[in-house]
Amino acid sequence: MPRLSDTWRYWFLVLPALAIMIIFYIWPLVGIWQISVTEPALGLDNYTRMFESSAVTTSFVITFRIAFLTTIGCLILGYSVAYVISNFARRVKPLMVALVLLPFWVSVLIRSFSWIVLLGRSGIVNDTLRGAGIIDAPLKLMHNEFGVILAMIHVMLPFAVLPIMANMRGISPAYVDAARGLGASELTAFRKVYFPQTLPGVMSGALLVFVLSLGFYITPALLGGGRVLMISEYITYQIQEFLNWGLGSALSVALLVLTALVILVAARFVNLRSALLERN
Amino acid sequence: MRTSAFRIFFMTLAWMVLAFLLLPILVVIPVSLTDTSYIGLPKEELSLQHYAAYFKDPRWLAATWTSIWVGLVVAACATALGTTFAIGCWYLSNRASTVARWILITPILVPPVVQSLGFYRFWVTLGLIDTHGGVILAHTLLALPYVSISVFAALANLDRRIPQAARSLGASVWQTSWQVVMPAAYPGMITGAIFAFIVSFDEIVGVLFITVRNVSTLPKKIWEGIQESIDPTIASVATMLVLLTLVATAIAIFRNRDLRA
Repeated sequence: MPRLSDTWRYWFLVLPALAIMIIFYIWPLVGIWQISVTEPALGLDNYTRMFESSAVTTSFVITFRIAFLTTIGCLILGYSVAYVISNFARRVKPLMVALVLLPFWVSVLIRSFSWIVLLGRSGIVNDTLRGAGIIDAPLKLMHNEFGVILAMIHVMLPFAVLPIMANMRGISPAYVDAARGLGASELTAFRKVYFPQTLPGVMSGALLVFVLSLGFYITPALLGGGRVLMISEYITYQIQEFLNWGLGSALSVALLVLTALVILVAARFVNLRSALLERN
Repeated sequence: MRTSAFRIFFMTLAWMVLAFLLLPILVVIPVSLTDTSYIGLPKEELSLQHYAAYFKDPRWLAATWTSIWVGLVVAACATALGTTFAIGCWYLSNRASTVARWILITPILVPPVVQSLGFYRFWVTLGLIDTHGGVILAHTLLALPYVSISVFAALANLDRRIPQAARSLGASVWQTSWQVVMPAAYPGMITGAIFAFIVSFDEIVGVLFITVRNVSTLPKKIWEGIQESIDPTIASVATMLVLLTLVATAIAIFRNRDLRA
């Protein structure tokens, strides 16, 4: 019996999962590129139409604005939580970590539903405020960007906290102690010594939240009520309502390319391996 | 140690953020107990009518059962495939295997709607639209990144000389993988399997694209419920899922007080 080299045997272990991924995942994605230049007719018509449409431009602008604001919100809130958990929490640390992880395990659909229950026209917030006589007419809390961003920050927050916490775990307290010993105030030691060391974690968190927000569908579709059309919802509209596969797939390609560009630009500031491939 | 204003500020902020994370999820509990037929807080008394509605409706029960068994099959398939993959990559640890690992995590980065379009077109040609097999295949692909990442992370601490020793004592590659490397991967496999189950159990966008009437999962039923009429039955389903998660998290804290993120 001919002997296979060990390297080949190892590749036999790798191959089943890799083959399935390439055939059933990567190949259909390539198919979308193909649809975008062949339907309804061969050529780049879908792309010219896409660039000429002001509705498409608006949708892309909304998408980037919401993704950006969500990222900023998640970083500010997430950083405080990660900082406290890593430095001051001590005995309540497991509880705090659990509170960060808990929403992670509750489905996005249910979390968006909760926000609808809270923010709707006759939702709990409006009813309570009206009952207390603080407002006369219901506030418009959802079906606008405010509602979408609030719910998206809620959904994305754990994605910001976890990488920042992972980064903070590796920071020795000796540096801040040294700065304090040399007379720096707590705030100065934090600002000049601690914070710069946490930037890699902040960047990983920002990348993760931004990329996931760009392609988000469920929360904007439910909380936006058709008035905040992010690009993913725009794509489903084109396909489900108008059966316009050509434009829908051209938009998908554009979204894919933009996502890839964001990741490539981020690669200059973020260690992609530790942010994506080796995160746990 | 004296607690400075700096610390009080951050502690307060952190607890407020944690409240922001937790409290909105908990609103489903009072709403599920409402005695009204619309979504809102209980008016006169607490009522379990919306739980009764869930347990009496065969469509809700069928959708729940589908989500559970599809999730279990996905967890089994993704864990088997992802573990062999990660073990192979761990042995190789070269450039090509790193590229393979990047390929396997693409589903994390590709927007759900875009990948679902791809699934839809390809599943039409394969005749997998509106079949359980089609959903299982799609969910297995979406779960694979999580399994391969967690198994690979578990193997990071395994000393390479241990499998080498097994090989030099005459064990084959298969024996070494099965009896030496895989036991080291167990913690990662368990985490990966749980992740895979949850990815499948919660997945919605793919299911919306690749199923029609024949296949209904719990998220799809919730989605349709929210779209059509906001019926408090959704709140009772949501409450049960949230309580289940709370219990599981509490058990995890007590079993592992030093909970690692």
